[in-house]
Amino acid sequence: MKVLVPVKRVIDYNVKVRVKADGSGVDLANVKMSMNPFDEIAVEEAIRLKEKGIATEVVVVSIGVKQAQETLRNALAMGADRAILIEATADVHQDIEPLAVAKLLAGVVKEEAPGLVLCGKQAIDNDMNATGQMLAALLGWAQATFASELAVEGDKATVTREVDGGLQTISVKLPAIVTVDLRLNEPRYASLPNIMKAKAKPLAAKTPADYGVDVAPRLSVVKTSEPAGRKAGVKVGSVDELIAKLKDEAGVL
Amino acid sequence: MAVLLLADVNGAELATDQLAKALTAVAGLGPVTVLVAGPAAAATEAAGLAGVAKVLHAEDAGHGLAEPLADLIVSLAGDYSHIAGAATAFAKNVLPRVAALLDVMVISDVTAVVDADTFERPIYAGNAIQTVKSADATKVFSVRTAAFAAAGTGGAASVETVGAKASDLSNWIEDKVAASDRPDLTSAKIVVSGGRGVGSKESFAVIEALADKLGAAVGASRAAVDSGYAPNDWQVGQTGKVVAPQLYVAVGISGAIQHLAGMKDSKVIVAINKDEEAPIFQVADYGLVGDLFTLVPELTAKL
Ligand SMILES: Cc1cc2nc3c(=O)[nH]c(=O)nc-3n(C[C@H](O)[C@H](O)[C@H](O)COP(=O)(O)OP(=O)(O)OC[C@H]3O[C@@H](n4cnc5c(N)ncnc54)[C@H](O)[C@@H]3O)c2cc1C
Ligand SMILES: Nc1ncnc2c1ncn2[C@@H]1O[C@H](COP(=O)(O)O)[C@@H](O)[C@H]1O
Repeated sequence: MKVLVPVKRVIDYNVKVRVKADGSGVDLANVKMSMNPFDEIAVEEAIRLKEKGIATEVVVVSIGVKQAQETLRNALAMGADRAILIEATADVHQDIEPLAVAKLLAGVVKEEAPGLVLCGKQAIDNDMNATGQMLAALLGWAQATFASELAVEGDKATVTREVDGGLQTISVKLPAIVTVDLRLNEPRYASLPNIMKAKAKPLAAKTPADYGVDVAPRLSVVKTSEPAGRKAGVKVGSVDELIAKLKDEAGVL
Repeated sequence: MAVLLLADVNGAELATDQLAKALTAVAGLGPVTVLVAGPAAAATEAAGLAGVAKVLHAEDAGHGLAEPLADLIVSLAGDYSHIAGAATAFAKNVLPRVAALLDVMVISDVTAVVDADTFERPIYAGNAIQTVKSADATKVFSVRTAAFAAAGTGGAASVETVGAKASDLSNWIEDKVAASDRPDLTSAKIVVSGGRGVGSKESFAVIEALADKLGAAVGASRAAVDSGYAPNDWQVGQTGKVVAPQLYVAVGISGAIQHLAGMKDSKVIVAINKDEEAPIFQVADYGLVGDLFTLVPELTAKL
């Protein structure tokens, strides 16, 4: 079984995001970019499936700017076999919407025929939490979102999902889309020899036109603004002082 | 214009507070029909909320599994300009699927409905607020309920039955939902959260004792959940739950942006941390520097 993993190049989770003064977006010039953390978890899971002999090949795909090559090389260094880059824009500030990403991924799925697609639950830049569900819809496949445990047996996968009240276990018919949550695994670091080896692994370059997909956004951004800030408060010296403040000043007790 | 609002049913219970807040968010967009896929009692309860024009009830929708539920919503979609739901794990699972089937974008975590086409939503863990205008025929979106007041009761909407078709794509096996007498995390007036500083599952009892004294819900940082000190459904943050209680008490939590994303709109924030430089103090109204294992029990005892 082939496993497909879509990986997104996003601003590194440690970077302090700044909104541009003219309200046109956030500043992405010269900031550190990394693989979306959830996608590292998805790549790790796919590699583990291969190590267990369940997956035969791990293919990673990224949609965005040319620089997403680095993200793909990263995934190859972790242990993925092959990569596909769909260059959909030359502008680092243009985010390709989940619907367009899902349509492109559906095109890749038709060519590659994977038995399983492992997506991240959410991209930490646009925080949409949508692409995997949309891809499942377009393919008419089963979906299992927010996975914290995954077991593949034959033509089925059993998935434990992190839901609002706790955990839910479902079983999905393969091929299916699984979106991964934080507790699924701890991604490995790529070793130096593997980083070197990754340079020789195949990376195919494609465009949206190859899949006949229009990536024009459906949502236009009217403006991007700073959130309301909080004023730094005071330090209190004791528990008694805290209780007094909460009662008399804040009125919340 | 008309709105189809998806109610969140957890097990057999209507997530009433979530629905009541989502109702407020969509009230200006036209008459609201609520879809309840679950037991009849949940539909009856939804019909009693103020501002509900009609309830559609689907008896057996397969534990909220995304595939049959999305198909059901799509079969009803023609009558509505807007399809929405509270931004819970339940709705976030199904609404993007609905949107793709309708060939429209989904708009996740809406914090303000500006007009029929325009919405505000946080991006980058709440470090920026984006205003987006949708060009799609049907608007499909989820509402971040922490931003809205709950609609009241006193409604008397009619309940109509709709039939859902089963799907063989997926099967429900089991729900592991911990029963608790504490208030629900997302609707609680007070939340007490513990982080890595709490150190173990056993010592989380210190956090729970304070929460129980205050009648509060218990939350946790990702680090506390990852370390097994607290269950996953307690996680507050960018990729967990978003809360905005009257009082949020952060204990042994450093204040990473991913955590702040889930609680910085709380009315009053208290931080208890032994590191006076911890970033959590930059958003806290009241900070107490010291060891949580002495301060928290003292606070619990004196309240
Ligand atoms: C993709 C992604 C998503 C994430 N999503 C979330 C999310 O939704 N929610 C979330 O919370 N995090 C999230 N994180 C993780 C986040 O970046 C931080 O790692 C996490 O919030 C840290 O948790 P913490 O504050 O409990 O731990 P730490 O940062 O380790 O802080 C522990 C604190 O406890 C204090 N302390 C220790 N001992 C004591 C004591 N005895 N008394 C008093 N104070 C003490 C320390 O001074 C320290 O400030 C996410 C990260 C990523 C990459
Ligand atoms: N541009 C992209 N390229 C590759 N994968 C993507 C892209 N956008 C989203 N994804 C995948 O979809 C997941 C969810 O993203 P989102 O729906 O944008 O929150 C991510 O974790 C990735 O696995």
